[in-house]
Amino acid sequence: MIVTLFTPVASLAGGALIGLAAVLLMLFEGRIAGISGIVSRLLPPEGDGQTPGRLAFVMGLIVAPLAYAAVSGLWPVPQVAATMPILIVAGLLVGFGSVWGNGCTSGHGICGLSRLSPRSAVAVATFMTMAIATVFVARHVL
Amino acid sequence: MSVLVQFLVGLVFGLGLIIAGMSDPAKVLGFLDLGAIPLGTWDPSLIFVMAGGVGVTLLGYRLVLGRVRPLLAQRFALPTASRPDMRLVSGAALFGIGWGLAGFCPGPALVATLTGGPPALVFIAAMLVGMVLARRLATATAAMPAAPAHRN
Repeated sequence: MIVTLFTPVASLAGGALIGLAAVLLMLFEGRIAGISGIVSRLLPPEGDGQTPGRLAFVMGLIVAPLAYAAVSGLWPVPQVAATMPILIVAGLLVGFGSVWGNGCTSGHGICGLSRLSPRSAVAVATFMTMAIATVFVARHVL
Repeated sequence: MSVLVQFLVGLVFGLGLIIAGMSDPAKVLGFLDLGAIPLGTWDPSLIFVMAGGVGVTLLGYRLVLGRVRPLLAQRFALPTASRPDMRLVSGAALFGIGWGLAGFCPGPALVATLTGGPPALVFIAAMLVGMVLARRLATATAAMPAAPAHRN
């Protein structure tokens, strides 16, 4: 297990940037910035003319570390502690669950809560509870 | 124009995730680990990510949704369902378990495509398979007759 430091200022600023992106997508495109919704509608592409825009959004996410490195000089390496079998199970659950439940941390957590959606409030309470319980079992019970 | 805007929005979103620390599974798990509170190693940073994200979006949506239409589209495409149902809860529960197992949710996983090496790529591949399966199941379920009582 890796202990990380409390970073309130950077986390608040990063969160505000995420919010800015969500507001800009609504202002320009009239759409919810939900990552699972955007990605899953490419699998396979929906015939609604939005495929190039969705691909562009995903490309923006993928190249974000390059922009971050260009400005800060730091390469943001994620610290992944999970083993390969756990990563496969976790990936399947995250992919299936976020699409089945109509949203993930971005669509329900940022956009849905900001729209005061009861569905998103229930979804956020559910996935936060399950994630906290999973980490508790993995780190303190097993 | 629309494609360029969405690329830039994705870029800003990704930069936000990186700066916030959300793109690092160790930090996400450090937040989700409430059992670390008595040990003094709990990292509450993600509360600040949510506060910043929801704060800006709450105010921004108020301004934007007061407009007649978006700048580059005919109308606002907002979710119409309002009541929670079993599908929402079961999906969110499965998503939460997966999130707690690895510390990746969909946005941070995609941001890790170039930076996370084989572990991130394996997670992303499994996540995309999971998404395809959920969409297929959703299509199959929608195509089924609603209830036997309505079949006369």
